[in-house]
Amino acid sequence: MIFSFDLLFEAVLFGILLGCFYAAVSIGLSVSFGLLDVPHVAHPALMVFGSYCTYIVASYGLDPILAGVVLMPAFFVLGVLIYRFYYEAFERRGSEAAVRGLAFFFGLAFIIEVGLILTFGVDQRTVEARYIGSSLALGEYRIPYRMLVAFGVALVLTAGLTLYLSKTFIGRAIKAVAQDEPALRLMGANPVRIKQWAFGIATGVSALAGAMLIIVGPVEPALDRLYIGRTFCVVVLAGLGSMTGTLAAGLILGIAESIVLMMLGASWAPAVAFGLLLLVLGVRPQGLFGR
Amino acid sequence: MKFWIPTLLLAAAAFGLALSGVNEYFFYAAYMVLTFVVLATAWNILGGYAGYVNFGTPAFFGIGAYAATVLFKWLDAPLAVQIAGAALMGGLLGFGVGIMTLRLRGIFFAIATVAVIFIMETLMINWRYVGGATGLQLLRPEPMAPFESYTRMLFVVMAWMVLASVAVARYVQDSWIGRGLRALRDSEEAAEASGVPTLRLKLVACVIMGALMAAAGAPMPMYLSFIEPASTFNLSYTIGALGGAIIGGMSHWLGPIVGALLLGSLQQIVTVTISSEVNVLIVGVLLVVFVVVAPEGILGLVRKWLPFSR
Repeated sequence: MIFSFDLLFEAVLFGILLGCFYAAVSIGLSVSFGLLDVPHVAHPALMVFGSYCTYIVASYGLDPILAGVVLMPAFFVLGVLIYRFYYEAFERRGSEAAVRGLAFFFGLAFIIEVGLILTFGVDQRTVEARYIGSSLALGEYRIPYRMLVAFGVALVLTAGLTLYLSKTFIGRAIKAVAQDEPALRLMGANPVRIKQWAFGIATGVSALAGAMLIIVGPVEPALDRLYIGRTFCVVVLAGLGSMTGTLAAGLILGIAESIVLMMLGASWAPAVAFGLLLLVLGVRPQGLFGR
Repeated sequence: MKFWIPTLLLAAAAFGLALSGVNEYFFYAAYMVLTFVVLATAWNILGGYAGYVNFGTPAFFGIGAYAATVLFKWLDAPLAVQIAGAALMGGLLGFGVGIMTLRLRGIFFAIATVAVIFIMETLMINWRYVGGATGLQLLRPEPMAPFESYTRMLFVVMAWMVLASVAVARYVQDSWIGRGLRALRDSEEAAEASGVPTLRLKLVACVIMGALMAAAGAPMPMYLSFIEPASTFNLSYTIGALGGAIIGGMSHWLGPIVGALLLGSLQQIVTVTISSEVNVLIVGVLLVVFVVVAPEGILGLVRKWLPFSR
């Protein structure tokens, strides 16, 4: 194979767009797993569920991004309910919550996935919008508009959540829970209510992430399996709970995956996220921007 | 003695059953159920005793299946050699994954094992020798002397493997390994402080688990006469192993047997009568229900209702 800087440049460019998209689909997990310490392996499954909800809402003629935004309150409530249930059933019982909590979320992911298969079948689904299918010509490079849309939404999401967590009262409370829960309890605050709110936000964001998922490419029920690796890779690489770290880690993964895609072909691409994840766990488990 | 006599009787019974005139389909279905019993028993060694959740059952199962395939294609190795080679590879994989992640909190180990599944699958997809993504057709050799079909023979092999893995699990549970694992499950710091070599014990458990899971995967290519990455590295093995152990009860070696037998049989029945999607759904729902309502599994329920059964 002939190595060319043109190709590399194109791969990096595409990788940056892809990376922002990966950051956006991981940012919910960055809150739920990174900050709240919930072993939320069902996060990608909820996101794919969000994609299918977007598909239904968008079929009434709504723009997919708008559909994702419309779904956010519903997903917020869903998230609150899931956390409430998780807390009552596992966290409150203490000691062995870890094993059972993991098994619970894993079972939940399976139920969502099979539920989607039984309702929609295993076929791939797509949505229609003006920006899907066309691309922006930039000199000799072509950038698909759908990637640019995902790029923009990702930046807005990351900036929004970073500001929310550092500037607002509730946002700081969420960070406080992550840092020292017993201390918060001693100050007279109720950590469970704060965590419930935060988990709601994390799940609400997944609705928008799901909308982006179906904009970027066709969606099928089993897609969540691949995204377990991508989302956890980004969150762990970022250092648990760091929002700007999430963006940086997303970019690293996106560029790495895009270069492998170009050099070795599509059959190796899925291993990149999982390989990077193993590498981070083995070498630097606290991540790049770890606390 | 209370354990070994029934074990030998069961081993003989499985052998006798395979020589009897029972319908061939019974052995075909029973083989899968028994596979899940081995997987659940193996899973419980690390998951139940030590409290480290392994989602990577298909990775270990798959490396076993592929090791057996390579040994068969390359050396025409007999089944026993294939199983031994598979167990060795599974143990090595368990050691590798363990040494990288068992220092960390449990969730990281769980996520790392998911990663191993997909990395193994990608490697096999790109390895032409074992057929790549399209898979490889395998020609079964003739069954050995007393058996009239290969499926019957595999049934006996798997039944004996169940007994062997249960013996291993029972040994681990009753020995210093099991005591150490239970100590570190309750509190890793306290165990470490009282001189339990936590990392070494976890590694031992992880290696045993990997070897048993890989051994369970070894006869699979022969059972199907075919091997292919997508179905070999399927997450349904994860939920089968984990579900069997959790539904049965994780505190005793009997739990995974009970859970996997029930779950496996139910799955076989549902797959035939309804569909294979519904079968996965049922396992998922049962898993969630048990984890929430009866965290001690069926064994826990039995102990609660029959206070005198230990």
